[in-house]
Amino acid sequence: MSLILTPNFNEPGKRYFRAFSPGDDFYEALIETHRDLSDTQSALLNAKLVLLLANHIGDIGVLREAMKIAREGV
Amino acid sequence: MLSTYRYPKYEYVPPPEMRSGEPGRYPVVVVGAGPVGLAAAIDLAQSGVPVVVLDDDDTVSVGSRGVCYAKRTLEILDRIGVGDACMAKGVSWNVGRTFFREEEVYNFNLLPQPDHKRPGMINLQQYYLEQYLVERARQLPNLDLRFRNRVVALAPAGDGATLEVETPDGAYTLAADWLIVADGARSAIRRMMNLDSEGRVFLDRFLIADVVMKADFPAERWFWFDPPFHPGQSVLLHRQADHVYRIDFQLGWQADPEEEKKPEKVIPRIRAMLGPDREFELEWVSVYTFQCRRMQKFRHGRVLFVGDAAHQVSPFGARGANSGIQDSDNLCWKLGLVLAGKAPDSLLDSYSDERVFAADENIMNSTRSTDFITPKSRTSLNFRNAVLTLAGDHPFARALVNSGRLSVPSFLTGSRLNTPDAAAFAGDMVPGAPMDDAPMHEDGAGFWLLDRVGNRFMALVQVDDPGAVDADLAREFKALSVDAIPVEVVLVSGKPGRAPEGLRVFADSGGRFAERYDSAPGTVYLIRPDQHVAARWRAFDASRVRAALARATCNTI
Repeated sequence: MSLILTPNFNEPGKRYFRAFSPGDDFYEALIETHRDLSDTQSALLNAKLVLLLANHIGDIGVLREAMKIAREGV
Repeated sequence: MLSTYRYPKYEYVPPPEMRSGEPGRYPVVVVGAGPVGLAAAIDLAQSGVPVVVLDDDDTVSVGSRGVCYAKRTLEILDRIGVGDACMAKGVSWNVGRTFFREEEVYNFNLLPQPDHKRPGMINLQQYYLEQYLVERARQLPNLDLRFRNRVVALAPAGDGATLEVETPDGAYTLAADWLIVADGARSAIRRMMNLDSEGRVFLDRFLIADVVMKADFPAERWFWFDPPFHPGQSVLLHRQADHVYRIDFQLGWQADPEEEKKPEKVIPRIRAMLGPDREFELEWVSVYTFQCRRMQKFRHGRVLFVGDAAHQVSPFGARGANSGIQDSDNLCWKLGLVLAGKAPDSLLDSYSDERVFAADENIMNSTRSTDFITPKSRTSLNFRNAVLTLAGDHPFARALVNSGRLSVPSFLTGSRLNTPDAAAFAGDMVPGAPMDDAPMHEDGAGFWLLDRVGNRFMALVQVDDPGAVDADLAREFKALSVDAIPVEVVLVSGKPGRAPEGLRVFADSGGRFAERYDSAPGTVYLIRPDQHVAARWRAFDASRVRAALARATCNTI
């Protein structure tokens, strides 16, 4: 399995009529999760989120690929 | 400042009530002659309902204002007779480009599919749209358009509303069985009725400039995040008719609107964007803020709110005028049936329900765009910039770039007017869907499907061979067209041919209809007058069509 880089968001049971809707649903939820937090609190939240999602993905090869792309240009 | 457009001055004519001294009474009065009020008045008048339109002004919108008219709006404008004029003057476009700092990170095509009559979007200054609508309105003898008629008082009653109207000659009284309120975001009628429109105010200011230049920019939408010529903010460029370009600059909340409007302030901003050698002239400048809000419901007894009077969105996505025109599209056929005594007034509650649903979708999408374009926290800005950084190389991030999700019609899937599917269908033409277009032929002549449906209920019945349709079945089809609410049955077939009983045949020679509607011989689509799907089946059954029609018109007991 390699890192998925094409649009991949969906919510089971939800029907989408517009291609942008699932990604926008996710993005809104992401920003909403940070609402009213200080920058420091948000940084901690993001760190926890990365760890949770990394464990869910599990495949360390995939994670290394993601880490490499994330590091590019930073 | 330069002027590429000469504003018409519409003459005030003393209304008959002033001359006779008698109060007038009309089935429908529309307040506001903007795009939405005019669209509603034309729609009703061309279906035979006499309408009076009251407007406190005597010209069209000043400045370009609503510039983007979406495919669905153009289809509605076609139905009310101004689509071609708008197309001829407007600038068609499908491609949008998004830049982050110095680089293009993403582009989109609004209409990747072939075989639709109208493009994804046209750009046209709002004053042209209003002018064409006024010209169309004036062709309709039962449409009385009254300029410089200001409503100053309103008394709603169980059977309508009474209005006090002020004119240059003094005041008069007018009664309406139904009142359509299209007097804009600061609706005076809404205030007179003590009704609220609630939602969120965005603390940001935008400068809009109409600039005339003989430039060679392609007809595309260009959007910049954090460009070098306007650091930290966003900029949007659109080409309009007459070599007028519309530029929107995000200014931030701290900006002083009066100061920012001054040419000596605006011109350097534009010069920084266009470069020192480009010649241009300023035509119109405005500074705006915006809100996303709506009324709880759009029907209050005999008073029906449409457009910005009912709901407001941020400008990203062009969902203001476009959604208002769709309000009118949804409302007029329902009001027509209620006025004719063919449907109970509860049908008008479905106007509110369906368009509240659409307004919420528009507010959601335009709020999401606004939050992406103008992040409210450091973290939100980091995520936004991370998306833009990844978007150059990675398709998933491109899909997250949100510089405005451009106006598309709502799928009214939750509407109680729909009859749920009893059989399986692929594709998107579900009950409640706005119809997809398709090229068709009738008697050898080509036409677009959406030009031949609408204004009445229709059943599109797919058959293998029109010539082989049984005469008894043909008579069953014809019987539907003489019901109290007629349903016109049209056969759709991959093959041309003559059908019995003079039934019309739409030949789907290219197979687009079959493809887009997942239609096969036997398939039946019941279509509402506003070109939305009401019901569909895999086989024709007149009693099921009648039941679905009753449901779509609130005539079920």
